[in-house]
Amino acid sequence: MENIRIPVGAWVDVVFDWLKENLAWFFDFITFIFTFLIDALTNVLVDLHPLVIMILLALIGWVLRSWQMAVGSLITLFFILTMDQWVSSMETLALIIIAAVIAIIIAIPVGILAARNDTASAIIRPILDFMQTMPAFVYLIPAVTFFSIGVVPGLVSTVIFALPPGVRFTELGIRGVDSETVEAGQSFGANPRQILRGVQLPLATPTIMAGINQVIMLALAMAVIAGFVGADGLGKNVVEAVATQNLPLGVESGLGVVIIAVYLDRVTAALGNAKEYPNSLIATLRNRNAKAKAAGAKADANA
Amino acid sequence: MSVVKASNVYKVFGKRQNEVVKRLEEGADRDDLTKLGTAAVIDASFEVEAGEIFVVMGLSGSGKSTLIRTLNGLWSPTAGSVEVLGTDIASIDAAALRKVRTDHVSMVFQHFALLPHRTVRDNAAYAMEIRGTAKVERDQAADRWLKAVGLDGWGDKYPEQLSGGMQQRVGLARALAAETDILLMDEAFSALDPLIRREMQEQLVELQGELKKTIIFITHDLNEAMFLGDRIAVMRNGRIVQVGTPEEILTDPANDYVAQFVHDVDRARVLTASNVMEKARQVVTNQNGPRVALRSMRESNASAVYVTDRHRKFLGVVSDRDCIDHLRGGAKTLDEIIKPAATSASPDDLLIELFLPSSESPLPVPVTDDEDQLVGVVPRATLLAALGNQTSNDQTSDDDQSAGSTAVEWTAPVDTGIIDQVLAETGDASEAETASSRGDL
Repeated sequence: MENIRIPVGAWVDVVFDWLKENLAWFFDFITFIFTFLIDALTNVLVDLHPLVIMILLALIGWVLRSWQMAVGSLITLFFILTMDQWVSSMETLALIIIAAVIAIIIAIPVGILAARNDTASAIIRPILDFMQTMPAFVYLIPAVTFFSIGVVPGLVSTVIFALPPGVRFTELGIRGVDSETVEAGQSFGANPRQILRGVQLPLATPTIMAGINQVIMLALAMAVIAGFVGADGLGKNVVEAVATQNLPLGVESGLGVVIIAVYLDRVTAALGNAKEYPNSLIATLRNRNAKAKAAGAKADANA
Repeated sequence: MSVVKASNVYKVFGKRQNEVVKRLEEGADRDDLTKLGTAAVIDASFEVEAGEIFVVMGLSGSGKSTLIRTLNGLWSPTAGSVEVLGTDIASIDAAALRKVRTDHVSMVFQHFALLPHRTVRDNAAYAMEIRGTAKVERDQAADRWLKAVGLDGWGDKYPEQLSGGMQQRVGLARALAAETDILLMDEAFSALDPLIRREMQEQLVELQGELKKTIIFITHDLNEAMFLGDRIAVMRNGRIVQVGTPEEILTDPANDYVAQFVHDVDRARVLTASNVMEKARQVVTNQNGPRVALRSMRESNASAVYVTDRHRKFLGVVSDRDCIDHLRGGAKTLDEIIKPAATSASPDDLLIELFLPSSESPLPVPVTDDEDQLVGVVPRATLLAALGNQTSNDQTSDDDQSAGSTAVEWTAPVDTGIIDQVLAETGDASEAETASSRGDL
């Protein structure tokens, strides 16, 4: 038995070498695009005065969740600034945002495909299992092979790592839509596209949003690991702290990750569940609108 | 012309569907074929006429929900054909099928199946939106139909803000707003509580009176089937075991299963006066005169008799005492002593509506049609017998009359001897013995 050795690793290596040689133009193109995106967003986040960003993020928290959320964000973000982790945090935030957006752009159509086609679902599912269970560090190796050191391999491996829950939750959400409601759409003559856009996607939105929340949280986790391959940000600080046994730096950059994680989680959890957060600015405005409308209707009736 | 026609429809779920159909056609039992596939609908054939409410009734698992879904192509039949307005919908492509649905067939669902993210108005307008009607126009139409189902002013609410009954009204408005000639209703009222359900049934009947849609209604509730259905198809284990009017199902069940099923039904709310009424025997025409009336009463041993004119138009009732007095006064016609009958029923009245009139009248309840003609009577004994499992026609008229005479508060018929006497004395112009007979009265 011990003589049997299947050199899977070596085969994969051969394949990857071949890809690197023959698809170099493709990887260069990806590198160009991703670098551009990351740099642009990072520059904006870093160049803007920290107070502006803080207020903006607090405002987003208020709009989607509550004024308490806004106050909390202001305090914790200010804390990051005082720990001198602001620039790193913004770099990490940029990486997360770009990675999550790319992951979502890929995940939702794939999820829709999986939901509507059993064969596609049967093929996609094991691939997702593979993507989720493969230790995250392993992604970094081919990523570096293809994209060399820097932020791009970090971004690519983050996208791959964060993608699966987006696909899974989208499929789950669409398949979970009450079959009678879908039948209702069909029975009034809606075509598959109308059913998808008018019935399935709206009814699956809370589930898909939960998936997006997961995507963002995984992206954050991976963005830290991406520090290993030289992606700037909190992750790089963590890696440096580990390598040099620098506890103060480790704690401070770690706390930065925690604060960003909590902020992103709370905000994205409120996406798509607007009704559960009656104190959010959206809900308040909506209620006021409804009341104004009702009052208007009453006035009309009286007139 | 039939609007919907199902011919030998089979619907089998599973991997070897065609083999299951073949085996079933050869007479196999569906329970022996479960390894090959599940036969939900077996050899279903029926036709639905324009403007009728056709109820498909059966317990859960009888295949009724699958059957109704073959009628608008949500399921395509494994074998057999379904024709909607002459088009075989199993053989047309998806786009043509969608066209049939938008133009001809709409549906109401058991759990309402409303879109929670749209307002009530937008839900009601859904079919029109699919069809491509302009926004303003479809909103107006939606409001009109919401008003028709009793939801005036609720258009801006969301479905979750409405009670179950109101949500189903939205479902109904959505289906009606599609302006299709055929309406499929899949257990539409089953999820509602009994009072609301009753209300919705009555509203449906009322709306149907104006709209004259062709409605195919699925239910597991026999009373609902009996109340709504012009005709009922009873399903069991995938097969249609009987198709007939509610009265036929009730009085002439095709087999023990149907008989058992209808056993508990409230017959008084299903059978109508026309189902149980009998030929009116105690009737004289107003030209006959008091003598004929008295003879008729004597023959039937009753204290009164109905009067009609020559064309059987119902005039009222004369009592024996009035007749005697009248006769003794020398009159020849009945016109002066006809009293209006306390109550009369129409042939469509349910038996439940006849109990009170019947208890208040010494005579069988008269049944008159739209032109006021006396078409029959419902004697009390017949009324009671109809509630048991008997056909009213088995009863003899003697029973009713005796039933009529036993109640205490009504005066008993005058003794036949006296009637004979009166007939004799007036006929012979004799004045004898009148005093004593009057004393008896």
